Amino acid sequence: MRAFTTLTGVAAPMPAANIDTDKIIPARFLKTIARTGLGKSLFANMRYREDGSENPDFVLNQEPYRHAEILIAFDNFGCGSSREHAPWALLDFGIRCVIAPDFADIFHSNSFKNGVLPVALPRAVCEQLMEDARMGGNARLTVDLERQVVVRPNGEEIPFQIDPFRRHLLLNGLDDIGQTLQHAPAIDSFEAKQRAAQPWLYAEA
Amino acid sequence: MAKPRTLFDKIWDAHVVDTLPDGTAVLYIDKHLTHEVTSPQAFEGLRLAGRKLRRPDATIAVVDHNIATDSSRYGRIEDPESRQQVETLERNVVEFGVPYIPLTDIRQGIVHVIGPELGLSLPGMTLVCGDSHTSTHGALGALAFGIGTSEVEHVMATQTLLQKPAKNMRVTVNGTLTPGCTAKDIVLAIIGKIGTGGGTGHVIEYAGEAIRALDMAGRMTLCNMTIEAGARAGMVAPDQTTFDYVKGRPFAPKGEAFDRAVAWWSTLPTDEGAHFDKEVVLDAAEIAPQVTWGTNPEAVLPITGEVPDPALVEDEDRRAQMARMLQYMDLQPGQKLEGLKIDVAFIGSCTNSRIEDIRAAAAVARGRKVAEGVRALVVPGSGLVKKQAEDEGLDVILKTAGFEWREAGCSMCLGMNPDKLTPGQRSASTSNRNFEGRQGPGGRTHLVSPAMAAAAAVHGHLVDIRKVEIKEGV
Repeated sequence: MRAFTTLTGVAAPMPAANIDTDKIIPARFLKTIARTGLGKSLFANMRYREDGSENPDFVLNQEPYRHAEILIAFDNFGCGSSREHAPWALLDFGIRCVIAPDFADIFHSNSFKNGVLPVALPRAVCEQLMEDARMGGNARLTVDLERQVVVRPNGEEIPFQIDPFRRHLLLNGLDDIGQTLQHAPAIDSFEAKQRAAQPWLYAEA
Repeated sequence: MAKPRTLFDKIWDAHVVDTLPDGTAVLYIDKHLTHEVTSPQAFEGLRLAGRKLRRPDATIAVVDHNIATDSSRYGRIEDPESRQQVETLERNVVEFGVPYIPLTDIRQGIVHVIGPELGLSLPGMTLVCGDSHTSTHGALGALAFGIGTSEVEHVMATQTLLQKPAKNMRVTVNGTLTPGCTAKDIVLAIIGKIGTGGGTGHVIEYAGEAIRALDMAGRMTLCNMTIEAGARAGMVAPDQTTFDYVKGRPFAPKGEAFDRAVAWWSTLPTDEGAHFDKEVVLDAAEIAPQVTWGTNPEAVLPITGEVPDPALVEDEDRRAQMARMLQYMDLQPGQKLEGLKIDVAFIGSCTNSRIEDIRAAAAVARGRKVAEGVRALVVPGSGLVKKQAEDEGLDVILKTAGFEWREAGCSMCLGMNPDKLTPGQRSASTSNRNFEGRQGPGGRTHLVSPAMAAAAAVHGHLVDIRKVEIKEGV
């Protein structure tokens, strides 16, 4: 996983709540066996018209948002399915940070595993950032994970909270599995105890 | 005396392998179900890192999302990408030694139907799957939740997950459901009340007389849609209904092991005085048959309701969102939900494709005909459900009435296999999500119970099931 330290870029405004994972990446695009290549299908139902041409009204089809690296949205971003294709599609498009008042749990967790940073900030702050984002290329935001601040175009710094363990993994681009395997002896002894108490969980399936 | 604990607390505590300094738990996972859509990148990750599956015996794979639900599925899969995904799973299960239920096996079906049906999902377990509707298995009194593909790989490699404990929420449904109302109506009413983000960060335990009275299929419907309220998992404490359901299932413990298991499972219900971070109470008697009108499951009303008016909404964003929903759904403010014409009725999905659901649909279909111009599909959740329905003669009733009787799979729930709505089509659907484009681009979904979907099919429009005469028996 690519580490996330600090990011300065164009933020795209998507002023809607409940942006679900079927919107982010419709199910018909989940028939892939790779993690990459989903960027072209990001928000496909909104981004393209029925004939496959671009919908000029959709924010990511407009300059400078075609090059957006940050997305600003409202409540409950990423609700719906568990598909990790949602952060994969964002990442493949080039978006590495989503700022919203809150996130659906599974999307939130999936994002961290792929170097996409979800930043939760109060609704009123998201509304300010939405206005910044509407100013387009003249208004780049900076997201600094090291210092845990979002820097507005006017220089104002907005602090955000983040789980320290997830921050550590993201800053260093660390793989969870490697971390967990350090607990292998504890897993072994858990299994030995559980096997004695609940042997039916270990019957050959 | 020990601190009183909830059902969730007890299962959680029993599975903590280790705790990191910041409180993150290394949580042991007892059962891992997997399917073709969210597993290929996980197997690939293991392969690249030279890792194996820690517990193939605690893992099982099945295909459900991608497959056709007609006889064409037994030949070569038409769609090259779907075929590649199914073939990839079939190669991966061999390479990594994962037990697999192939398409030709009568036990094949939707992962959340076959888990409980085969006794793979048991009370007291931690159970995961790369699918948000894994919450279904909480009906057995298990801690079951959906995970992403990176976590699928993590479970494969370590049989654990790194997790922070969820908060506890209890939804109590008192009283008795009135005739015509089901678990589907309970859960839609709950989502309507607490919203699509109402459960975020929480595990919901369902309690109260109306929940106790539900059969296992109803409890599965309820827990299944818990994710639509944003909760991590839904749970119902195991009781005699649960034990009777589990007993004798192929992978369930047998004989003395079963008795030992029941003794442990009986200690799981929430202790008197345990703390819940959030409590919600509903009265079952006040729940009418529900139907969604918008493009997320909280946009729901009783069938007697009328489409709401965005002009009456004060908040600007909410007003815009509601207007957008009405535009997408092609509805007018004040329009009655009852009487809304449909093009398709879909009875199926991990929410409502169990034998009880098929029986409810057949009871409505008996002696009636699907309305002119309506396509009606009944898709059993598994090969075993299909067989049982056929043994009971339900397929004949449904086919005689003009319903399509199909093979098991996810079908028209999610628009990634041949069963899809075409743009502009309106459906009465027993599935779980009415998101824009969920059942196919441009499709308009109204979520309802199986009896309501069947009634809409025969009338050609949404109707109040309480006005439809049901002929008991088959």
